Amino acid sequence: MRSQGAASAPDAGAVRARLWSAVLDADEDTAVDVVFEAVDAGMAPEDALLDVIASVQQRIGSEWAANRITVAQEHAATAINDRVIAALSRHPAAARPDSAGHVTVACVDGEWHALPARLLAETLRLRGWRVDFLGAQVPTPHLIAHLHQHAPDAVLLSCSIATRLPTAHAAITACQAAGVSVLVGGAAFGPDGRYARMLGADAWAPDARTAEARLREGLPRLRLASTHQAIDDLPHLADQEYSTVNASKGALVAATMAELENRFPAMAGYSDEQRHHTRADIAHIVDFLTTALYVDDDDLFTSFITWTAGVLTARGVPAASLRPALELLAAQLSQLPRAQRLIAAARQTLDSETS
Amino acid sequence: MREKASLGDAVWQAVPHPVVVVDQDGLIREVNAAARTLLPAATPGARWSTEVIEAHPTPLPDGSTAWWLSADTDRELRDTREALARERARAAFLDDASAVLMSSLNVERCMEATAQMAARNLADAAVVVAPETGRELHLVHSGPGGSAHRLNVDEDPADVPGLPEALRGFPPVPSRPLDPALLPEWLVPRHLAGLVGSVLITPLPGHGVAAGALVLLRHESQPRFSESDDLYARLFAARAGAALSAARLYAEQASITRTLMRDLMPPRLERLDDFELAGGYRASADHELVGGDFYDVHPAATPDGETLVVLGDVCGKGLDAAVLTGKIRNTLQALAPLADQHEWVLRLLNSALLSPENARFATVVLASIARRDGQVALRLTCAGHPAPLIVRNDGTVEEADTRGMLVGALPQFRARSFETTLAPGETCLLYTDGLTEARGGPLGGEVFGDERLAAAMAQCAGLPAEAVVERMMMLASEWVSDREHDDMAVVAITAPRRTHLSAVDGHTPGRYIA
Repeated sequence: MRSQGAASAPDAGAVRARLWSAVLDADEDTAVDVVFEAVDAGMAPEDALLDVIASVQQRIGSEWAANRITVAQEHAATAINDRVIAALSRHPAAARPDSAGHVTVACVDGEWHALPARLLAETLRLRGWRVDFLGAQVPTPHLIAHLHQHAPDAVLLSCSIATRLPTAHAAITACQAAGVSVLVGGAAFGPDGRYARMLGADAWAPDARTAEARLREGLPRLRLASTHQAIDDLPHLADQEYSTVNASKGALVAATMAELENRFPAMAGYSDEQRHHTRADIAHIVDFLTTALYVDDDDLFTSFITWTAGVLTARGVPAASLRPALELLAAQLSQLPRAQRLIAAARQTLDSETS
Repeated sequence: MREKASLGDAVWQAVPHPVVVVDQDGLIREVNAAARTLLPAATPGARWSTEVIEAHPTPLPDGSTAWWLSADTDRELRDTREALARERARAAFLDDASAVLMSSLNVERCMEATAQMAARNLADAAVVVAPETGRELHLVHSGPGGSAHRLNVDEDPADVPGLPEALRGFPPVPSRPLDPALLPEWLVPRHLAGLVGSVLITPLPGHGVAAGALVLLRHESQPRFSESDDLYARLFAARAGAALSAARLYAEQASITRTLMRDLMPPRLERLDDFELAGGYRASADHELVGGDFYDVHPAATPDGETLVVLGDVCGKGLDAAVLTGKIRNTLQALAPLADQHEWVLRLLNSALLSPENARFATVVLASIARRDGQVALRLTCAGHPAPLIVRNDGTVEEADTRGMLVGALPQFRARSFETTLAPGETCLLYTDGLTEARGGPLGGEVFGDERLAAAMAQCAGLPAEAVVERMMMLASEWVSDREHDDMAVVAITAPRRTHLSAVDGHTPGRYIA
């Protein structure tokens, strides 16, 4: 099998299946062997990264959402995948000259999922780019200091958690103000990249290959237009609804929690852990509502509620339990028309899905 | 009092002199053709104003006024308008140039921006020459279509008349035109080769730091550089020079900082054969890379020796605290060979910190790690530090039973060590109180606390070291969200679930975890 060469590269599906069981078992050695065997048998290192490791990583996320693996397994599997990527980058088949250009890859502050950015960085290296990989949770001041010192041709920012979009916006505008073009990617920017455009990114890519192609087309290395103001991107922020809700998140969660306990005497019998989960769920709802106010987009909040409903259902909690929390939040934010609109849209979706 | 017998308005059109008739209310009634070309904004019905033009009034019998526009304002006005438009464009360009130049503190980018903007607004091509630093001369050429590219040439600027003076930066020299015939090839951007009609060399004034020179080139079909072009070029050069010297100063400072900080940064943790180590670090302030928390690793000197891991917390935050972490790390590195006696090492560290200049104290935890009989043997000693947590394979979480006084506060020191072993899959977590004392959570002001940390650790049985660290850093970052927090540091020591074959399969020399 090994000697057949590039003409008969192994089937990605079969390699994926083997890697999946190895990472789930946190078996690093088997995981590395599976990928190395595939590369030795003719699979391109880029295909190993994107069609095998990235797919397995994606499956880890969806298996967690479906409650088929634990959060600890998710972390373990991710760590194993990360080690496989590190090992692969030292495989002789992955050696490339770095002549295409110089870019910086980083995760937005608060974004701890480093693996997608890592896969992107390795893909770019394989295609001949010199890459500075700054990793997860990069505070914007560190990123800007890096740009001043190293002057890359472009910055690639990764963000998968939608609630980090305001931070991503700050990072995008700061990079551009430092004269560097920004390409963004990750689930947070929406399946069609709409939030990337809204937040003024120079480019958006749904995956690593597209990102590389977009870089090849060329982003302006020097941004000569200097008159752009960040507030121009989001004129609706003038109504202060975002800042109002953002500043009172903790109080909103506490009040919603207290009122829920009033309405549902059964909650008095909740264990500490159940109470903690409920409070964390409400905090998430408030976080997403805040972010939806920032980008003024119904879909962002509605799809979060739909997703949460799915996660709860998978864990045996009826999705309808989200309804009272939404009602209570709406009652507390009665003075804020955009918040009312967002919550109403989410309630409607929830009603149509649970009826 | 209006008289009916006024001059018919049509008459004014026949008057060869520019004239505007204004009624008693101050509104324009009539503008003849000669006046229209002069004052396009003056239309019947508009309000009349003599602010924009010199004019002489003649009262008319019907109470209105004929304004005779001053005869030679005609050409003057047109010239003034053109000059105004030109100056406005130049002011707008200089304003834009300042904004672009100020945005980057990178020397290369500033040079590129200077060449690009000069080629777009002052000439057909431009070359920025960096001040001489080494044997090679560093240049940026503007290219076609607003591009710019860097190149290094092994040439002597003395071959170009006027260039050495412009590069020196001081004493100030005026811009200087140059005969294109004297221009060496390396100073001509490729798209203008053989077509240069005129050249102007302008110094980039750098406020005490040499900032380089700007060479402007025009195509032979274009007019030569005029005196006003020269003035304009110097205004631009002043801005570019200031930006370039600021960028150069920043680069020097950043390089000094980098050198001084190198030993203060948390180390990369190398993969060791017998156990896994992973570390996580987050400084309290976003703009800082280091703070008062630290960790370090001193690998075993012999294959069967002990590896020493140190994690600690100096009281206070920021750079002052970071400097002391550097001293502690250096001291502990020197003491590492004595680490079979933790208490002894900590006693020496304590006395080293008890100098009159040092008012800060610190808490430290030492972990000596060795592989014994398929298990990882651990010796842990705390000096005023939170006790490490150990997660067993069944999910129980133990607190290491070690206690000691903090270091750098009192002349005497005492501590009690704790020994244990990790079976494959088990992890010992060293952490600083920045993690447990982090404030935030769903309600905003709650402390993360020991219980949450222990509960999180209970989930970590069987995980690789990096996964444990990632989980802890993620929980902490979720907990504090955008709020202020103290420095945080964690190190996970894990007994791998399987023996690693990475050392023997030949594929993966020197893998790292960090």
